[in-house]
Amino acid sequence: MSSGSNGSLPRYILTRLLLVIPMMWVLLTMVFVLLRVAPGDPVTAAVGDKLSPEALEARRNALGLNRPLIVQYLEYLGDVARLDFGSTISDGRPVLDIIKNQGGATLTLTAGAFVIALLIGLPLGRIAGRRRDTVLDAGIRIFGVVTYAAPIFWVGIMFVLFVIKFFPGWPTFGIASAETEYYVQNRTGIILLDAMLANDSVSVVDILKHHVLPCFALGLLLSGVIIRLVRVNVIQTMKGDYVEAARARGIPEGQVIRKHAFRNALVPVITVIGLQFALILGGAILTEKTFNWPGLGNELVEYITARDYIAVQGLVTFFALAVVLVSVLVDVLNALIDPRVRY
Amino acid sequence: MPTFVRTIWNTKGLARYIFVAGVALTLVFVAFAIFAPWIAPYEFAQNSVDGVRFPKSGPASSDHLLGTNDQFYDIFSRVVWGARTALEVVVMSVVLSAVIGVPLGLVSGFVGGWADRIMVFLMDALYSFPSLLLAIVFSFLLQDKIGGGIVAAALSLTAIYIPQYFRVVRNTTVSAREATYVEAARAIGAPPVTIMRKYLFGNVVQSVPVIGTLNAADALSTLAALGFLGLGIQPTEASEWGYDLSRALDDAQAGDFSPAFWPGLAIILLVTGLTLVGEGLNETLNPSLRRRRLQNVTLPPRETEAA
Repeated sequence: MSSGSNGSLPRYILTRLLLVIPMMWVLLTMVFVLLRVAPGDPVTAAVGDKLSPEALEARRNALGLNRPLIVQYLEYLGDVARLDFGSTISDGRPVLDIIKNQGGATLTLTAGAFVIALLIGLPLGRIAGRRRDTVLDAGIRIFGVVTYAAPIFWVGIMFVLFVIKFFPGWPTFGIASAETEYYVQNRTGIILLDAMLANDSVSVVDILKHHVLPCFALGLLLSGVIIRLVRVNVIQTMKGDYVEAARARGIPEGQVIRKHAFRNALVPVITVIGLQFALILGGAILTEKTFNWPGLGNELVEYITARDYIAVQGLVTFFALAVVLVSVLVDVLNALIDPRVRY
Repeated sequence: MPTFVRTIWNTKGLARYIFVAGVALTLVFVAFAIFAPWIAPYEFAQNSVDGVRFPKSGPASSDHLLGTNDQFYDIFSRVVWGARTALEVVVMSVVLSAVIGVPLGLVSGFVGGWADRIMVFLMDALYSFPSLLLAIVFSFLLQDKIGGGIVAAALSLTAIYIPQYFRVVRNTTVSAREATYVEAARAIGAPPVTIMRKYLFGNVVQSVPVIGTLNAADALSTLAALGFLGLGIQPTEASEWGYDLSRALDDAQAGDFSPAFWPGLAIILLVTGLTLVGEGLNETLNPSLRRRRLQNVTLPPRETEAA
């Protein structure tokens, strides 16, 4: 972290942003090697059994797959820089269109899950840390471990079974009912936002209802991580001299926790939430499959099943970009909050 | 008592019990895995006995303890056989990634310089990639090359865990390299290979067991996730809990409970068991987290003053 240099905030942010470029390059190269160099011919893999050899050859020519790999590689890097992720082989859709149309569903799913994770994780982690080694602590830790251990799709299926039994009529799959999807016009790619813009309160309620189960399933998984982290941090900050000093000044214990220990325990939470973005992404893929959610994860799984290398490559590239961007964002946020973090 | 066991026993608080509970849970599944042919009443892909078909999605009965699923399989047998698949894949991937990651980290940290920097950069890139996505990509590729068996699943998990061993071992090596005992070894003319093997290795592998058990838990969830997405082990090759859960998805929408509940419970219990072992190990072996218990002191019998 602080290497003793007189690091200023702008310099830190600039360095961090410059480091993105090699990181991005390594990831993109990895994706290219894995998905383009290793497997062989993508056209045969995707549509080999449907078309004649001549048609396959024409396809390959049209996609530029007959050129040397190095040319394709450079072109791929150039395309990604211009946010062009190629077009799918199996149904000829530009990957960017998929991202625009389906990305919104993934976004609202993860955002909702996040809110729920924080609502569950922060208070529970704090209690467990404060009452370390009590029954309450043990209970909360077991909850944390189990929610983390439980496969998200299993939790989702259990939710569905529970809801079907006790709340028949509550939506258990999809992002909106058929009528809502028919009435709400696509403007932003985020159906919740579209319904809000159209001032259509019935649709908004319907969409929110559809969000409850998936967001809870994904949120529960994340809350386990947050509980653990907050607990450990509270325990550590409680040992700090400034907490002792606050106690010595006669500040009531509740206030010591709230104003001194807990607040400082939150700083690392932001970092780890950034690191957990990868987990969220993986969790979202599984949640989407469980609830038949029309998001990017579901698209990815479908194109994998179709063995469409170009589509998979495009989507994986996009995910990799998202991960790098989030990690930068978190580092910058962290530097803004914690002055000790500088180069 | 070996010192290892004594260290665990003398730790204060919950850590001890967490460790013991984890070991107990894990052992149950190890027993399932080893004795599967005797515990499970049927084969994992058996849908009839003496030419009589099992019922489809049948309820629990004396013939089928937990009922049957939509493929006419006995759910209890699938769960038991699934333990064998899970442990095979997990052990294989954890051992492989440690066997690759530890030497890489050791050499990279010891050699230093540009080679080390490049390795760190590559490993960081690999590490920053969402692990499930990486596993998906690898199993997608391996399915074309070697099919969807246990080895393919284990290999696609291996790649995700190599960077973790690499990082830890490399960082400890870098700090241990400058230690006096290494300098002494170099001074008496020990070649680099000897230094790495005899002096450094034993000191840098300390944290590997903890990472290993935690990775095992993670590998198990990832394996189930791959199976759920239809990318893991093919159903004809072995019984796999994640795959069974994906089959159970439609049953769940229809309100059928059994096919989804039991394989999922097995995953949770085994992952929890492995996590508890890992956390217990961490809290008992890691001196910065450990708190020692007060020991009972037995005083020697008091000497009589009469003499």
